[in-house]
Amino acid sequence: MVVTAAIEIVDLSFRRAPGRERVLDSISLSARAGELLVLLGPNGAGKSTLVHCLLGLATPEQGRVRALGDDLHGLGRREIAKRIAYVPQAGHSAFAFTVQQMALMGRAAHMDGVGSPSPQDHEIVRRALIDIGVDHLRKKPFTQISGGERQLVLIARAVAQDAPIIVMDEPTSSLDLGNQGRVLTLMKNLAAAGKTVVMTTHLPDQAFNLRARVALLRGGRLIAEGTAAEVCDRDSMSRLYGAPMLRLAADDARDVVAFAPDLD
Amino acid sequence: MKYWRALPAADVEGRRLLLALVAALVALIVASLAIGRYPLSLATIADTLLGRGDGSQSSATAETILLLVRLPRVATAVMVGAGLSLAGAAFQTVFRNPMASPSLLGVSAGAGFGASLALLFHLPTIAVEGAAFIGGLAAVVASFLAASSVRGNSLITLILCGMVMSALFQAMISLVKYVADPVDTLATITFWLMGSLAKADAADAATVAAPVLLGGATLFALRWRISLLALGEHEAAALGADVARLRTIVILCATAMTAATVCVAGIVGWVGLLVPHIARMLFGMEPGRAMIATATLGALFALAVDDVARSASVIEIPLGVMTAVIGAPFFLFLVMRTRNEQWS
Repeated sequence: MVVTAAIEIVDLSFRRAPGRERVLDSISLSARAGELLVLLGPNGAGKSTLVHCLLGLATPEQGRVRALGDDLHGLGRREIAKRIAYVPQAGHSAFAFTVQQMALMGRAAHMDGVGSPSPQDHEIVRRALIDIGVDHLRKKPFTQISGGERQLVLIARAVAQDAPIIVMDEPTSSLDLGNQGRVLTLMKNLAAAGKTVVMTTHLPDQAFNLRARVALLRGGRLIAEGTAAEVCDRDSMSRLYGAPMLRLAADDARDVVAFAPDLD
Repeated sequence: MKYWRALPAADVEGRRLLLALVAALVALIVASLAIGRYPLSLATIADTLLGRGDGSQSSATAETILLLVRLPRVATAVMVGAGLSLAGAAFQTVFRNPMASPSLLGVSAGAGFGASLALLFHLPTIAVEGAAFIGGLAAVVASFLAASSVRGNSLITLILCGMVMSALFQAMISLVKYVADPVDTLATITFWLMGSLAKADAADAATVAAPVLLGGATLFALRWRISLLALGEHEAAALGADVARLRTIVILCATAMTAATVCVAGIVGWVGLLVPHIARMLFGMEPGRAMIATATLGALFALAVDDVARSASVIEIPLGVMTAVIGAPFFLFLVMRTRNEQWS
């Protein structure tokens, strides 16, 4: 049986400027509906660039990205936004949008150029806020809630965007363990609901925890791909991060394995 | 379910406040037509506007004052205030910078240079307006390009680059003044640059109204999409906005609106910085309401200031001087009152 990929990267290469070295080098990857794909790699491995290419924000030097079978190159911004939702790292906003207004922005792809949100858009946003558990914050300014809450609101916005593919750029990087758990649980639920979720992270244990498929990126190349248990061992992690690693596993950890730098 | 009841209540409150503002503007417009060295009663104003003059000497005087002097001046003040405020709000959104404004970005000085150059050569109004637009656009594009080529681009970088452009164009304005004929052109340029509506006539009102209304309508139609730009280039694009096109439209509209106000009122600072702040403080970020509040508050402010400028003392105080005297301390007050993360 042939299962069509929701998102498919074919032989993708990217340079910042002609003549400079490749940030991404002939990468091919794909993810199906309901699948979680974790992009793992050290700083400067090209994860963020790959995310930008996945969103159609960067134009590749060669190769293509297809979402639901269509090349992003031939799609308009709204068409792409209806297929792929983006959850950025929650940063600071200069303007005090309320949580509800922030989530309503997720409906922009479904509005006309001169349109404003319909009652139906408001209803969809309200449901997303309730589902993600941030409904009680809806009237608070986005600038005055905690980092964890901001990240959840951005996920609610992506849910309201109602796209089959969700791309997250280090969604847990500034969160404490409790909030990391909340975000990862949401990602699992989204995948279980049939969404394709692609995320970048620095923490291999998250891939184990999510039972996700893992792609290891280093120096712009895809160096391994498979389940977390298949590709993340002490040697591969030490090589990936260019430093000796310790593999931390426990009997009661339910197959979740973590890695820590070996200082000796 | 609690919020579901609470939200419409807050909505109603905001709508009432907005209605009150619009009512205040209408009241001030009527009052501005009445007050002055030759006070007119409300009945006279109504009669004259409805064309029910009795043909007497006093009715003819009232007609002259109202139709040729006060009405154009009031209309110009309203358009200048609304135009500068909307332009300021648009620049703040598109550059994601709550400190951006037509004067801080150099747009006003650029437009001032363009317009004074056109005045130097005694060009017709349409050419003055065109030159102001080109000068303003050159300044904002130069500020933006300079800021984007600076490493560690921050909120302050753009403002610094805007100030550099502003200083450059101010110097070029000085050059224009230096070569201007001291008998007639120099005085014209100098008084006009200080910002005054003293000589505003129907043609001025039309000159400023057309770009302000057209630009304002365009920005209002696109308000939801434009608000995405406040999230930054990548986020806005990922949410479905055509960032480059949208940004171009906003900058062109805001520059045209600023240039139009500069053509009739000279360089009037502070309005475009302060008014959007106050509007956001009172009405929040909901794009439609924020825009209506910004335009109304801007019109109220400019009209009130112009009323004081023309009636407070025997001599006219230049509008630009007045807005600075009120605006500078008020801005400091805002800065002190507002914590940094609550900039808007």
